[in-house]
Amino acid sequence: MSSQVQVPGSVGIARRPRRRGDGVWPWLFIAPLLLGIGVFYLWPIAQTVYYSFTTFGVFGGSTFSGLDNYRQLVTDPSLYRSLLNTLLYTLIVLLNIPIALYLASLMNMPGLRFASVYRVIYFLPFVAMPTAVAFVWRIIYNGDFGVLNYLLGLVGINGPYWISTPGAAIVAVAVVGLWSNLGFSIIVLGAGLKTIPQELYEAAQLDGASRWRQFRSVTVPLLTPTIAFLVIITVITSLQLFDLLYAILGSTNPTLSKSMSLVYFFYRSGFVTNDKGYAAAIAVVILFIIGATTAVQFRLQRRWVHGG
Amino acid sequence: MHQAPRSTSPLGRPAKAVLAASVLALGLAACGGSSTSQSTSSSAASGAAGAASASTDLKATLTYGLWDQTQVPAVQKVLAGFNAKYPGVKVNVNVTPYADYWTKLQTQASSKTLPDVFWMNGPNFQLYAANKQLAPITDQVKSGAIDPTKYPKALDDLYTLDGVQYGVPKDFDTIAIWANTALFKEAGVALPTGDWTWQQFQDTAKQISDKLKSKGIYGAAAGMDGQTTYYDTIFQAGGTVVDGKKSGYDSAASQQGIQFWTDLIKSGASPSVKQLTDTTADQWFTSGKLAMYQGGSWFRSALTKGPVSSSVKVLPLPMGKQKATVIHGVANVVAASSKNKEAAQALQDYFASQEAEQTLGSAGSVIPAYTGTQSTFAASMPGADLQVFLDALAYAKPLPVSANTAAWNALETDLLPDAFSGARPVADVTKELAAKMDTALGHE
Repeated sequence: MSSQVQVPGSVGIARRPRRRGDGVWPWLFIAPLLLGIGVFYLWPIAQTVYYSFTTFGVFGGSTFSGLDNYRQLVTDPSLYRSLLNTLLYTLIVLLNIPIALYLASLMNMPGLRFASVYRVIYFLPFVAMPTAVAFVWRIIYNGDFGVLNYLLGLVGINGPYWISTPGAAIVAVAVVGLWSNLGFSIIVLGAGLKTIPQELYEAAQLDGASRWRQFRSVTVPLLTPTIAFLVIITVITSLQLFDLLYAILGSTNPTLSKSMSLVYFFYRSGFVTNDKGYAAAIAVVILFIIGATTAVQFRLQRRWVHGG
Repeated sequence: MHQAPRSTSPLGRPAKAVLAASVLALGLAACGGSSTSQSTSSSAASGAAGAASASTDLKATLTYGLWDQTQVPAVQKVLAGFNAKYPGVKVNVNVTPYADYWTKLQTQASSKTLPDVFWMNGPNFQLYAANKQLAPITDQVKSGAIDPTKYPKALDDLYTLDGVQYGVPKDFDTIAIWANTALFKEAGVALPTGDWTWQQFQDTAKQISDKLKSKGIYGAAAGMDGQTTYYDTIFQAGGTVVDGKKSGYDSAASQQGIQFWTDLIKSGASPSVKQLTDTTADQWFTSGKLAMYQGGSWFRSALTKGPVSSSVKVLPLPMGKQKATVIHGVANVVAASSKNKEAAQALQDYFASQEAEQTLGSAGSVIPAYTGTQSTFAASMPGADLQVFLDALAYAKPLPVSANTAAWNALETDLLPDAFSGARPVADVTKELAAKMDTALGHE
């Protein structure tokens, strides 16, 4: 083998100076991707927006109905209830980030044995199928025969019927969401922790900073880009809550109308009651909410993210 | 909830004699003037029966869409009989789980790629028939290939829209009470015999609940599914659920039908609405914590194993103002857009024949719809008196449906729990439900 060392890329640049306009080639190379995005994302989005202004037949065929769907939507209490539920869910799931930060720091402590074992244990819920996870929790939450109420009973608390009491149901689902997101956050934050130079801690130690002070003044500020990433991802996925809710509560749960999320509301309108134009309008509203929330977050990031 | 009966039982249980009989019936169910064919062995598969009829030289490849995996072995047997008659027609069986079946079917209908022949149920039928997705069976009835009088009238009606019938009933289910005789004995309560009244039912349930409450056992359960609970009691009270374009909920009779379940919960005879959400009525029954489960004939297949199955007896539904039970059944329909309509209708005809129905019934998971082929079902659980489900045909009423059934089914699921739990007076809830349902029916 040759022992020569080449600086990657340097040769190419030297050999082929960049000409003005690369012609059609770059476009050809990204065409497969663009085509995929266009056919499977952009075109359906455009169609959905169009359908939201129509009354859509069950077997296709739509008639333009202007703003009718939106007019009906703004007066529909289900919209506001499902919006509130979704926000509550998102807030609770966001709590997984501080918890994950704490756990990730613990696991990152030098000299900790079995660190990777802990990581696997925390990550398992994230790779498990949501439906399987949901069914296990459904049994845990069971009001009469569930483990949770049995444990609460031991300390004298009479637990509610978690998944069939309005109010409690969405919280119960959110706790599962928090729990199953924990592993992902820990892995991402753990990777972030590894990028913080050890010298900073040594310097802080020399200055007499306590463990807590080091955490507050070194770890957290340097992790803010990672935290910001997690917040954005968590908010987007939480706003799309559907599978956990559907699987834990069950499709015939009487509290569903009071516990449903935005996406469940969409599913129900489009595929249960067959009002697809109305469902399209809900989808557009969801798209708008997620888009706006994400845009606001990117804007706010500049204020609190290190180097953001 | 409107699923076809599910079965976990494998083939093979039914007596061989029955199988042989079904094969012999081949000749009797002569289809479209074919000459008599007989086979003496029970292997009626390809080639054995060399019936020669005018259309046996049909050549086509068909798709048959259905949702119940457990019925596939029986369906394959029927198809073997079909291929003996029509060797040139290849049938691909396409199973989609019930949860996705209707979503998929809608997509297929929109793109004109529906299976040539497929299963239809009551709640969805009018949606497909009204939108011209189904082929009428009118000509087949005229030619004598299908005889609607051989099936329960309530089912023929279920698959008829504006005087035109589109589907041929394949099987049916009725509702009755599944009783756990061991719990009756434990509570020291006598098992009801013959016809009984609402009051007797309520009293029996309460007695058992009171006696066995310490063990967490209940007498009966107010499950919140229309087909198996409140539709039955509404009919028994003389009410209706849907009447043309109007909801039937805003009537005194229908309110009594709901009140029945409210009372059952209030007296402590049934677990509460919340308890029944966490653990469904059938789960209470199969785990030996419920003495009387009002459920469908399809529940039979859930009872082939488990500790409860040895002490099960079927009782008729108690009667209110009158006797009533809800009947529903799956039908075979042909897609209007099918490119091989002749072959598809030949398959539909064959499924409708006594021979095919007998084969289906012998598999034991469903009650075949063809009159006279049901005895194997009744005999499949000796001592349990499954005959009650067949006797119920005499007073059965079709499952309430409309053009967009799912829209007001969702309203029932939303609103009725408040009536059941007593959170709001029954009359208030049914009034609101009727108003919202009328709006939904008006949109159809």
